[in-house]
Amino acid sequence: MRRLFGAAALMALVCLAVEPAYAQGSGSATLDAAKARGQVLCGMSGLVPGFSLPDSQGVMRGLDADSCRAVTAAALGDAAKVKFVPTTTQNRFTALQSGEVDVLSRSTTWTLTREGGLGLEFAWVNYYDGTGFLVKTASGVKSAKELDGATICVQPGTSTELAISDYFRLHNMKFTPILIADLPGIQEAFLSGRCDAYSTDASQLATFRFSQGPKAADLLLLPDIISKEPLGVMVRKGDDKWFDLVRWTFAAMITAEEKGITSENIDTFMDSKDPDIRRLLGLEGDMGKQLGLDPKWAYNVIKQVGNFGEVWDRNITPMGVPRGINNIWTKGGLQYAPPIR
Amino acid sequence: MSDATIDPRLTSGRAAPKRALRLSWSDPRFRAIVWQVVILGGVAAVAWYFINNTSQNLASRHIATGFGFLDRTAGIPIGESLISYNPAEDTYGRALLIGVLNTLKVSVVGVVLATILGTLIGVGRLSKNWLMARLTAFYVETLRDLPLLLQLLFWYTILQDLPAPRDAMSIGGAVYLSNRGLKLPTLDWEFAHTAALLALIAGAAGTWLWNRHARLRQEATGERPAVWPVALGLLAGLPLLVWAVLGAPSHWDVPALHGFNFQGGTNISPEYFALLLGLVTYTAGYIAEIVRSGIQAVPWGQWEAASALGLKRGAILRRIVLPQALRVIIPPMTSQYLNLTKNSSLAVAIGYQDLVSIANTTLNQTGQAIEGIAVIMAVYLTISLSISLFMNWYNAHIALVER
Repeated sequence: MRRLFGAAALMALVCLAVEPAYAQGSGSATLDAAKARGQVLCGMSGLVPGFSLPDSQGVMRGLDADSCRAVTAAALGDAAKVKFVPTTTQNRFTALQSGEVDVLSRSTTWTLTREGGLGLEFAWVNYYDGTGFLVKTASGVKSAKELDGATICVQPGTSTELAISDYFRLHNMKFTPILIADLPGIQEAFLSGRCDAYSTDASQLATFRFSQGPKAADLLLLPDIISKEPLGVMVRKGDDKWFDLVRWTFAAMITAEEKGITSENIDTFMDSKDPDIRRLLGLEGDMGKQLGLDPKWAYNVIKQVGNFGEVWDRNITPMGVPRGINNIWTKGGLQYAPPIR
Repeated sequence: MSDATIDPRLTSGRAAPKRALRLSWSDPRFRAIVWQVVILGGVAAVAWYFINNTSQNLASRHIATGFGFLDRTAGIPIGESLISYNPAEDTYGRALLIGVLNTLKVSVVGVVLATILGTLIGVGRLSKNWLMARLTAFYVETLRDLPLLLQLLFWYTILQDLPAPRDAMSIGGAVYLSNRGLKLPTLDWEFAHTAALLALIAGAAGTWLWNRHARLRQEATGERPAVWPVALGLLAGLPLLVWAVLGAPSHWDVPALHGFNFQGGTNISPEYFALLLGLVTYTAGYIAEIVRSGIQAVPWGQWEAASALGLKRGAILRRIVLPQALRVIIPPMTSQYLNLTKNSSLAVAIGYQDLVSIANTTLNQTGQAIEGIAVIMAVYLTISLSISLFMNWYNAHIALVER
């Protein structure tokens, strides 16, 4: 239903909105609006442990949540000025299209169709993932190849539903999908035995299994990863300066990890002789100005949120997921930041 | 308006004075035309503004538009479908058609069952039996007062807590109830069955003819020939005879546990069943009240007068009370049928793939929200208008001819 409201909101907005005139400012309508509002609106799930889930104090925790904080710290200088907007898999794109959120950080897979037709684009991949299957240990299933004839729980409107459709077709197998939009609803259906397997990104399956506590041993994450799911942070097309801001926020966090700069020790680097570090921290050059930001934009991100490794260790490591290909390139992973110069 | 269409009773006695249309504000006909042109033009201008502004804004937001996506290969999996569907080949258009059929499947069955259940409960509430009257009143007051979405989730949770296929409840080793749904055996359809079905249709026609004959005889002679032995023979005996003569084939495809689930037979999914159950029990609460109000709207004197004429109770209900009650019942009943159909879109919450569910997925995969919503609106409008048209026709058909 929420999808409908979202779509209705988009319609109302698209029907009524007159294209905002670019005011004198940073050159980014989104950034100017965020400054005027004093908040960056960030779309996330709010239901996925390790990615975005409120803790016992009601503070949003997770990789996606910290990605939002980092963008907010770069844009407004204060990570606390983020406003989290819960979205579903079905209304997330409409929320971003209609301007309900400024940035979407919701474990969303980067695909051609999503950039080609939705009027949205991916600024950075914050998690290299793949589609996996979770089954009950008692079922005796050890591989995805044994799932012929199975009933599979999956969220509608995700790239997962397309990926498993392709996989079963490729291996000449059949399955019955159970599609429930509500995340707790689909997990409940799997736990109650309505489905033989639950399929989504392997990272989410691992954290879901972890969140079951002592009952985690009853669930088995199959070793097969059947698709590439680079999960990214999305922005609207047409505001290139905002796109740059989001992209370089991540580049800064990864550069900081490469250089060993953390939120704890960052102030000891303020007299560094390394030109890369000096440019990153705004001690020389005009990197901030080129992005339309304060010279200390990257300092704020690292000081308030941390480098990429810190964000990972804070959110994903406790879930028992190894870093693997999500490590920085110097440690054998895929995270590689272009030079900040 | 030409003279031919004017009621002759009006024109024969006192013909309306015919005057030429004057282009003057004092001519009411001229004023009427001017106002109509102004209003029509205004509506058209507003519509044009919205369409133009929308397409401009969509273009400036780099959002694709148009209905071209309907021909694209869907790739989305669909759990239950009345027609064949292969995500590798079939298009979004066909996926949406499956959604429409799934919506109709739950609405049509739901309307029929809700009418039956609602009528029984409505009549039950008028019963002189204290327990029956109180139980039905309790039913109406409870089911009507709880939000439908809550009821759907309730039924779905209950059905999910049924045993797994391995421990399925079995009825006679042919019907299985598990958290995968209700598995029923299906008949292997053969020529003999088609022939028996045709015989049944022929029997029904014969029964109708015999009934007509009986009525004419009664009107002519006052004596009514017995109808039921002939009806029994034509409706039950004839099809059975045809089936037996053709070798009495009856091979059933019985579901059997194989791998993850049952194979063979047919399945009623928990999603469909929960949705149907929720819609029927909820709407029946309203229908019960409509039926009760309809019956109570017929004055008691009608019963007494009919009894005084010597009519039997059944005949009074059929010939005197119901025709008058239906006048009151049909219009609000139409609203309930429309409500049930539209409420079926809550299927999204419990994973039944109705039109809204499939259209949501489609517009999410293709990003074409406005087109997707337009399809949903067009389909619901078509279904609702069809129901309204049929019910209005039926209402006119049964209306009392008043003098």
